[in-house]
Amino acid sequence: MLKRFSVQAQSVLIAAFSPCLAMLAALMVGALLMTMAGANPMQAYAALFQESLLTVFGFGNTLTKTTPLLLAGLGVLVALRAGLFNLGGEGQIYMGGLGSLLAGLYLQGLPLWIHLPLALLAGFVLGGVWGAIAGYLKIARGLNEVLTTLLLNYVAQYHVGYLVNGPLIEPGAPSPYSPLITETARLPRVLPQSQAHLGIFLGLGLALLLAVVFSMTSLGFQVDAVGQNSVAARYAGIPVKRTIVGVMAVSGGLAGLAGSAEVLGLKHRLFENFAGGYGFDAIAIALLSRGNPFGVALTAFFFGALRSGANVMQRSAGVPVTIVSAIQGLTLLFIAISLAVEYKTRSAPRVKPFQPTP
Amino acid sequence: MTDLRLEGVTKRFGDCVANDNIDLRVATGSIHAVLGENGAGKTTLMNILSGLYQPDEGQIYLDEQPVHIHSSQAAIAHGIGMIHQHFMLAPSLTVTENIVLGADAGFHLRRRAKEGEIAALSQSYGLSVPPHARVEDLSLGVQQRVEILKVLYRRAKILILDEPTAVLTPVEVDSLLRLLRLLAAQQHTILFISHKLDEVMTLCDQVTILRRGKVVGTLATQDCNQRELARLMVGRDINRAYPKTALPYRQINLSMRDLWVRNRRGLLAVQGVSLELKAGEIVGIAGIDGNGQRELADAIAKLVPIERGTLSMPPDCTLGYIPEDRQKMGLILRFSIARNLILKAFRWLPFANWGWLRKKAIEKHAIAAIKTFDIRPAHPDLPANQLSGGNQQKVVLARELSGNPAVILAMHPTRGLDIGATEYVQRTLLQQRQRGAATLYISTDLEELITMSDRIAVMYEGRFVDILSAATATVEQLGLLMAGGERSTDRAATHHSTHRSRVTQWPTNA
Repeated sequence: MLKRFSVQAQSVLIAAFSPCLAMLAALMVGALLMTMAGANPMQAYAALFQESLLTVFGFGNTLTKTTPLLLAGLGVLVALRAGLFNLGGEGQIYMGGLGSLLAGLYLQGLPLWIHLPLALLAGFVLGGVWGAIAGYLKIARGLNEVLTTLLLNYVAQYHVGYLVNGPLIEPGAPSPYSPLITETARLPRVLPQSQAHLGIFLGLGLALLLAVVFSMTSLGFQVDAVGQNSVAARYAGIPVKRTIVGVMAVSGGLAGLAGSAEVLGLKHRLFENFAGGYGFDAIAIALLSRGNPFGVALTAFFFGALRSGANVMQRSAGVPVTIVSAIQGLTLLFIAISLAVEYKTRSAPRVKPFQPTP
Repeated sequence: MTDLRLEGVTKRFGDCVANDNIDLRVATGSIHAVLGENGAGKTTLMNILSGLYQPDEGQIYLDEQPVHIHSSQAAIAHGIGMIHQHFMLAPSLTVTENIVLGADAGFHLRRRAKEGEIAALSQSYGLSVPPHARVEDLSLGVQQRVEILKVLYRRAKILILDEPTAVLTPVEVDSLLRLLRLLAAQQHTILFISHKLDEVMTLCDQVTILRRGKVVGTLATQDCNQRELARLMVGRDINRAYPKTALPYRQINLSMRDLWVRNRRGLLAVQGVSLELKAGEIVGIAGIDGNGQRELADAIAKLVPIERGTLSMPPDCTLGYIPEDRQKMGLILRFSIARNLILKAFRWLPFANWGWLRKKAIEKHAIAAIKTFDIRPAHPDLPANQLSGGNQQKVVLARELSGNPAVILAMHPTRGLDIGATEYVQRTLLQQRQRGAATLYISTDLEELITMSDRIAVMYEGRFVDILSAATATVEQLGLLMAGGERSTDRAATHHSTHRSRVTQWPTNA
């Protein structure tokens, strides 16, 4: 018995440390790549992390990049907990951004404490609808959500692209973008001399909320039950279909909030292609964090720092920005390796001890 | 002459000794049973023989030559072929394709020639296996023959069969046993793994009994009886005859009238079933898998809609459902025992209050259930996948029987369980009967049905062919009714012609 529990404790430790190990290993291999490219990796990393963590502007920049990654990552995570792959973060970000923009543009004369929550809600709802469509198609028509969420990305992206090129374009704008939203719908800045906005606290708050929901509430229990074994859940009387649609709606809604944060906190208007791949990075982040909302926060911060420091690294060390993408990819690769190793050690021949039954 | 000999074979997994110093001698041309409960080490031993595991100690000899079986390819090169309990066939390929798959190194398939070869091979063993049929279109009995042909095609001389009769109908069991005797007569050596005592007694020459990883005896079947084998296997006396008394209940807890249910593919799987289930009564449902039993149970549990007919239970009547596959339908394997125990009730008091889970109440409930149902190891936080099959089933029982349901649906409740756990499950369900539960007991094991039931309904192609009193029903009678259309088989035709009239009656019955 004691042995079994030490094994369990061990696996918890592995779960906590392996993302960190994966990040470290990715940085080391990244260093190798830089050396091969003729750059000095120490100098490059120094530049990268000095910029992204140690200057006020750079740290603020890291936080603004972390925010959408965190929110969309939480969205993907919620779906994963229910056994669903939401690859539609990108599209949900577009729809969320659109919803918040409309609320920020057309609602006028409200005080901030009403207008801002409404604008966020609009983003959550539109993103949620985008997720729920995939959920509905899954339960009603049996379409795999991997496919539908992925395809809905394009629908959302081009939809927003059309709107900012046409009906929503700012008159006289040199390139397609919408007018600015009202002051009262903007997320306040939180760090002077930087772009960091309240969205980061929204993300952290939601991470905490999700952690509480999953560990302490019957709702979290229900989602986990469906995710671990939907057949057994159905046999136990859990409304599996409703859970799937609900989870996809919340998942899409959280990703939608990432779009809201971009529009309400950073850009204050809608640009074409503003999601910039956050929705896809979010998938990697959610997978890396193994179902843990705080893991999402940690990994999103790491990815945010990489994105934020990349340009400075290129300028001061001559390392191309693309190396950052390589490091992100390597992190994912290493986490996959660690999962495979873990899976192998766990599924190694385990013989049930003989238990005489009375 | 000894064909296969094991000397001191030991296999450890961590601290657990799965096989402890096993000695085994099997003579060429004999049928040797390896008997033991789940977890006794049968499967580990067979996996060593078929090259999946390496022994930590000990030596395997073939014809007195020491051999090392380091892979399954090596096993087949030594002439050892394994027929797994769960068939290893590709359903969408034909019989021939399945048989030659991986056996021929050549690039060119030469399908026509191979088909002829397979047809000749199956003829030579008196097996009628269509060489170009798709495996998915074949019955389980024929699929098993394909498995056997597969190892014979690879020139195996030693055949290991892991619980081969578990999925077969009584008629198919008979023809399998005939085939095995024929193979033995042709100097094949057969290792027959089972925990079914009657089959071991009728088929095998020798039997080796394993208990807790050790050999506790090797006997000639002609020198022993079933009771003795059971005692050796379990380590104590087993009494499988349960005293059943008539109960004073009169209330009808479940009533079905002309019930029709569609299966997932939209076909009518249950076609006009009527039954009244009284409190304190166990009605067994006999039938080969896939004759509508699952759809019937799911419809009663309100998991699938009813197409036509009525299904009524008294108001506030609760239902406990032990589904056929405890690992896929009954449990969430990665959830703890405690969480599995509240799977049906987690949304309400006492386990949740305004959506907040109440950890104390959940744990208290788990500790009580673990004690009542003797779940081992007795730790509420242990994931269900760490439990043995019997203990997993106890978790399902504990959940489904809590709150004393008025109706119990038990589908294959003892499938895959060893004797001790089977006895436990059966006793528990009989206690529920005594309490006044109305139970529907669905099984393919006819002796079990006769032991457990008050009445037995035989289900064939969605209908109740007949409903018999368990006190007078016989295995042969039930087997024949179950097989429905298979009246042309020799067994049915020769031995039981008296029952043919009853079989032909069934359409009017339903």
